[in-house]
Amino acid sequence: MSQMNMIQAINSAMDVMLDKDPTVIAIGQDIGYFGGVFRCTDGLQAKYGEHRVIDAPIAEGGIVGSAIGIGVNGLRPVAEIQFADYVYPGMDQIISELARLRYRSGGEFFSPVTIRMPCGGGIRGGQTHSQSPEALFTHLSGINTVMPSNPYDAKGLLISAIESDDPVIFFEPKRIYNGPFDGDPDKPAAPWSTHAGGEVPEGYYSIPLGKAAVVEEGSDLTIITYGTMVHVAQAAVRNAGVSADVIDIRTLVPLDIETLKRSVEKTGRCLIAHEASKFSGFGAELTATVQEECFWHLQAPIERVAGWETPYPHAFEWDYFPGQDRVLAGIRNVMEAE
Amino acid sequence: MTPKSRLHIPKPSARPGDEPDFSYLSLSEAGAVARPDSNTAARKIENLAHELVRVLDDDGQACGEWAPELSPEQLLEALRLMLLTRQLDDRMHRMQRQGKISFYMQSLGEEAISIGQGMALRKGDMMFPSYRNQGLFIQRGTSIVDLMCQCLSNTRDMCKGRQMPIMYHNKEANLFSVSGNLATQYPHAVGWAMASAIKGEDNISAAWVGDGSTAEADFHYALTFAAVYQAPVILNVINNQWAISTFQGFAGGQRRPFAARGQGLGIPGVRVDGNDTLAVYAVTQWAARRARQGGGPTLIEHVTYRGGPHSTSDDPSRYRPKDEWDAFPLGDPLARLKQHLVVTGHWSDEQHEALKSELKDTVTAAWKEAISFGTMSDGPKLDVRSMFEDVYKEVPERLKRQRRQLMALKGMSS
Repeated sequence: MSQMNMIQAINSAMDVMLDKDPTVIAIGQDIGYFGGVFRCTDGLQAKYGEHRVIDAPIAEGGIVGSAIGIGVNGLRPVAEIQFADYVYPGMDQIISELARLRYRSGGEFFSPVTIRMPCGGGIRGGQTHSQSPEALFTHLSGINTVMPSNPYDAKGLLISAIESDDPVIFFEPKRIYNGPFDGDPDKPAAPWSTHAGGEVPEGYYSIPLGKAAVVEEGSDLTIITYGTMVHVAQAAVRNAGVSADVIDIRTLVPLDIETLKRSVEKTGRCLIAHEASKFSGFGAELTATVQEECFWHLQAPIERVAGWETPYPHAFEWDYFPGQDRVLAGIRNVMEAE
Repeated sequence: MTPKSRLHIPKPSARPGDEPDFSYLSLSEAGAVARPDSNTAARKIENLAHELVRVLDDDGQACGEWAPELSPEQLLEALRLMLLTRQLDDRMHRMQRQGKISFYMQSLGEEAISIGQGMALRKGDMMFPSYRNQGLFIQRGTSIVDLMCQCLSNTRDMCKGRQMPIMYHNKEANLFSVSGNLATQYPHAVGWAMASAIKGEDNISAAWVGDGSTAEADFHYALTFAAVYQAPVILNVINNQWAISTFQGFAGGQRRPFAARGQGLGIPGVRVDGNDTLAVYAVTQWAARRARQGGGPTLIEHVTYRGGPHSTSDDPSRYRPKDEWDAFPLGDPLARLKQHLVVTGHWSDEQHEALKSELKDTVTAAWKEAISFGTMSDGPKLDVRSMFEDVYKEVPERLKRQRRQLMALKGMSS
């Protein structure tokens, strides 16, 4: 085991897979010689060569489209989009091609592409470096969507994503690249060495897609969340003095419905938290799923805490971000409902 | 043995620790390229995309057919605006380093393009800048204080705190809102020009992208639409040699000049010395006249060098030689314009130093004024309620409710 931050864990996952499987290829802007703008591919081109860790032109549609072709020809591409906010020129390739290739070819063609991209706010990145567009991908059939909340999960899930023959969108919440973040920007930043998830095996291991993690156990309510908000929710639970299950779903698609069901049947109260805007956000799907599965166990309406329905504003980052105060207000609502 | 295909990975001529090497740049002598009539058929002027239009020679003299008719007063004004742009960039870069603003992008070494082109376009023409065209805003009269206030996201910020620094706009001055996404403005400029033609007006539009952004599909959409409809637009590629860590070869610059990208569509291309204010002005004037006369689009490649980091988040010493700019054969645009004005007897080193110090004071005074409208940590603050405005024309009921929720949480009245 060693101490890693999320950047190092992602780098380690790619290192392990490039070493283990000669068909694994990385492609993206600035990922080669430079090692990525967030350093996630640092040293990999020097180690595996420039035919396996490939710098790409600035063309997200080109990166995704060529990754599909690379995958169709028997290699296993891991594409990096520099910021999730920049993925949109690649959307036609993702929606019309990557997600549907297996289906439309009667199961004969497929491309095992993993697309990594940093997401989320909290770095004063304004509307072009802060978005959480996961719901745009979870709506697609034929593609899986992952968002880890700590280095250990990031490495294990990325290895599973790369090994998967189905395409995976792999979101990396950039605010927690260097340490867990509980939603309070005024507190000094904590490193990953303060968190159990910062202990990461150096070699190969995998975490299966579709398995949630119960990161806090309790009896009063269930909080379902993912990414940076896992840490915000845990801090809010501690401050509220309530006994809650906090579930980090880790994989949005496929969704671990059993774990959610078991918890909500136990607690009878449910709060869902994410950074993205509420309307048609992934919380809507979680809410509907919990309602379908657990309706007769619910003692209160399901509460959602999410970003406001505006673009991410540069000046009001912390008024936009659903921090602990909003989670606490949500906990109060769901606990006080009769 | 039959040769096999092999993946070509473009390599820059120099990496950190290497001697800078610009032997890959194809240069023409100042004054060597002939200036055709602005209505010449595209196929007859294909050479312009491959040669390099230059006016200022190494001694600072203007030479050849492209030398524009600019008065000493106009040239001195260009020099002043370029110097002001550089002083502003220097100040704001340092302010970011001190944590006063969240982010910044300098246009160091590229000042001649924005200033020269701004001067060559008319008031009614519409500009679609990239994020390194602050000189256009300065040339079109946006106050330094307003630019600083945008970077500060303060109470006088034109974007009302919604955008990262440098994403300016100036509606009155016909400068479109800068996007953080690359090349998206290129088709907008073509559409604007199409509308101008539909309405029967003689205003044209202009757009700017970097060499790296030419890889984006939007660049190619724009060229196709501009060619199909012969839209009155000037499409500029600022080839500053580096995207972030990838050099211009990663956008295809090793094969043909960027100016030649439109030739397959019949769009004339002109490759110009982007550090030569006079040449930039002359080429822009030529393309503008062509567009206004119904000659359609022109693609201009400005050969220049990004003197600073990509942004304040970047460290170029990791991927290119530290002294590369010093070795750039087209020099520093400011020094070259100054040299021209000195050798023609209109300027002196003393006057230049005095102007520099005057503009430094101007920028310092502007910063003092700008921070009086608030900073990230002190002073007046934008009203947080404004965050819910302008998502739609009217604030919808749903957003009004969210605004009330936020205000209740903050213990403030809504």
